[in-house]
Amino acid sequence: MGDIVIRFVVGGVFVSAFALIGSVLKPKSFAGLFGAAPSVALASLALTISKDGNAYAAAEARSMIAGAAALLVYCALVIVLLKRTRCHTLAATLFAVVVWFGVAFAIWGALLK
Amino acid sequence: MGIKFHLDALKTTKWWEHLIRFVFGGAITVIAGIIAKKYGPGVGGLFLAFPAIFPASATMLERHEQEEKEEKGVAPGRRGCDAAALDARGATMGSIALILFAALVWRLLPNHSAWIVVEAGVLWLAVSVALWLLRKYRHRLVGSFWHDSSSNIS
Repeated sequence: MGDIVIRFVVGGVFVSAFALIGSVLKPKSFAGLFGAAPSVALASLALTISKDGNAYAAAEARSMIAGAAALLVYCALVIVLLKRTRCHTLAATLFAVVVWFGVAFAIWGALLK
Repeated sequence: MGIKFHLDALKTTKWWEHLIRFVFGGAITVIAGIIAKKYGPGVGGLFLAFPAIFPASATMLERHEQEEKEEKGVAPGRRGCDAAALDARGATMGSIALILFAALVWRLLPNHSAWIVVEAGVLWLAVSVALWLLRKYRHRLVGSFWHDSSSNIS
């Protein structure tokens, strides 16, 4: 239980910090860089290294390549949905999450499994 | 428009918006850890790049943009969605740098100290900013390249 609480707090702090930086930057496209910051990764990898070692964390980072590639597709899809359709932001960003799952697992299954 | 710090944005951010980001960030870090424990680091690692707070952040940005326009007496129209799309455009460049971050940690971490993760984070920032600048000034860069080339030919 203690491990979960530590993970929750560390993850929350890292994500909030990067989101805060993004929220005070202009222009918006530059601030958007921080929407793909390695906030969860930094928190998670730091905790994993301390508990399971470097090799285990490196294995996570290997799969993260597929997750990050899926995030690229996710962002591109969100832009298309918002600019080309009359889709609302919440609907577009939530629908794209389904696509993130598909792309991430497809890349991982095809190249990294 | 150059890169600027806009600290006034902090005043318009509600406390519960910070809380939502904290909770979503904490939750995905816990979930990634649980999945890694149950299904192995291969599956768990995917979630290190999960867009956990993206929907919430984009929706908040849309709302802020709409409120700002309404305060100025301008009909918001699709401006909120346009702002969210601009934010996503930045995130595409951040994602490319994130792929590089993950690849670097994967290749170097087994033979280096944990600090390599922090160094990869700095590299993420440098590559993200470089990509953003390249995109912003691409016309100027291409223009000067053509100008220089034609000068050399003549």
